[in-house]
Amino acid sequence: MLRGIGVRFGGLIALEDVSLTVPPRRIVGVIGPNGAGKTTVFNVICGFVAPHTGTLTLDGAPLRPKPHRLARRGIARTLQGVGLFAGLTLVENVMAGATASARAGFVSALLALPRSTREEARLREDAVRQLDALGIGKHADALPATLPYAIQKKAGLARALAARPRLLLLDEPAGGLGADEIDELAVLIRELPETAGTAVLLVEHHMDLVMSVCDEIVVLDFGRVVATGTPDQVRGDPAVAAAYLGTDAIPDSRPVAGDVTR
Amino acid sequence: MKRYLWTIGFGVALFGLTCLLPSFQNYQLATVAAYLCATAGLTVLTGQCGQLSLGHGALMATGAYTVALMQSAFENLPLSLVAGVLVTVLAGAVIGVAAARLRGPYLAGVTLAVAVVVPGIATMFHDVLGGDQGLTFYLAPPPFGYDFPFERWQAWIALTAALLTMLLLGNLAASRYGRAFRAVRDDEIAAQLSGIHVARTQVLAFVVSAAGAGLGGGVLAVLALSVSPGAFSLTLSLFLVMAIVVGGLGSLAGAVWGAFLLVALPDLTARVTEVVPLSPALAQRLEGNLPLAVFGITLVVVMLAAPGGIQGLISSALTAKRGR
Repeated sequence: MLRGIGVRFGGLIALEDVSLTVPPRRIVGVIGPNGAGKTTVFNVICGFVAPHTGTLTLDGAPLRPKPHRLARRGIARTLQGVGLFAGLTLVENVMAGATASARAGFVSALLALPRSTREEARLREDAVRQLDALGIGKHADALPATLPYAIQKKAGLARALAARPRLLLLDEPAGGLGADEIDELAVLIRELPETAGTAVLLVEHHMDLVMSVCDEIVVLDFGRVVATGTPDQVRGDPAVAAAYLGTDAIPDSRPVAGDVTR
Repeated sequence: MKRYLWTIGFGVALFGLTCLLPSFQNYQLATVAAYLCATAGLTVLTGQCGQLSLGHGALMATGAYTVALMQSAFENLPLSLVAGVLVTVLAGAVIGVAAARLRGPYLAGVTLAVAVVVPGIATMFHDVLGGDQGLTFYLAPPPFGYDFPFERWQAWIALTAALLTMLLLGNLAASRYGRAFRAVRDDEIAAQLSGIHVARTQVLAFVVSAAGAGLGGGVLAVLALSVSPGAFSLTLSLFLVMAIVVGGLGSLAGAVWGAFLLVALPDLTARVTEVVPLSPALAQRLEGNLPLAVFGITLVVVMLAAPGGIQGLISSALTAKRGR
């Protein structure tokens, strides 16, 4: 849950008084034109950007996010594009995603003690199962660059799910995918609360996908929430049409404040 | 477990080999083993974790001087080598903490400064560290009687150190720590989001590779029975980086090729200068510089023709053969 979040980059207001709540096992979408602040919302939740105003809470407790501690708190995120580790095979990528659950100490790793090797075997097993669940298990030992884009995207999702999140942040999961692949993705996301027990916060440009999977949608424009509601409510909201189509001459050359992490 | 068996197997074979080789070849083998401790550590840092260090020659010097001082004081070799590793680990941790805040050319700059400064310390504190002359020390004769060739004994010491290094680093590379190293190298943001503490991982990689460098330097001192700043110049640091790149960056097998090259190339160029009729003055000038030039050219050629290094060539040849 975010309350009254404000972010400024120098004189540029990226987010102003943004509040949103993701209830457990619900799917919430954040939409808005380029530069509306969608990715900045993610970066605030992940601790890449510190908000100037406002508070974050997770399960009622205040959250001061640090990127490397998120997974431990039950928050996982996919990245725009692919963001896989290029030098790691798919299964190793997914195993890396489960780092927060790894316990073996340095000495047991150095000496390859049973404690470490057993844990590695468990992580590998879990990772293969995760890849299998997404239908890409046969590529487990391939390097990302050798595989089609859609499979890499799925592997990125598998890596995020390996952290067993309660809140999954999906940053443009449909970016670069074809129509059939997007349909498949929609089914997959729709099932995540059921299969993975996680809530989903989704940033996406592809409107059909957002409308078909989300329980609730938050519309951002110029860093402000201009509408909140179910897909049907949002679709009919005149403020949303204004944000996208521009009823009062909005300049095209607005500064892009989001997308700072990539 | 498999890695333990391989290590024992290699150990038996290599110890057997030392009984067949003449003294000088044993000494060369021991030098390869000493360098291997350092190149293996460096390839973990640079190849696996993505941090360039131009200062590993200085870390070797740290290990070497510690061993020399400890040998002079206590004459207990295992104790001296452990102390050498520990002191170098400490130095590596300090540099590593600074390094974790730096990227690319800035990191190269800081480690380069370390490589330049550390030999100067020996000159500065010449009362303790012996200045440019360095320190000499005594190594107890092999416990197998005076007939046992001293070079073979040195080779056994060096091989034990190298095998231990390879075993431990191999274990580490296959563990979650090795995976974290490579994840940090490939994408720091994705690594953070996967729950990996980037700075801590980078310091760990630096510490691990410093341990290798310290052991390598210590063993090198045991081979020469002396240390001097000249042996750990900036050139050595550059040689180490070149060796792991030519051998195959990031792979421990590549570090073995690199260590071989570090011993073989100077030897080879020395023979060339002997065979080719040159004026004595020119031959002398070439002697020190030719290996560096040859190494540099090899590096450029490898980068252009086979970026995976020697080990990259070998593994792609093996894959191709298996594919047929």
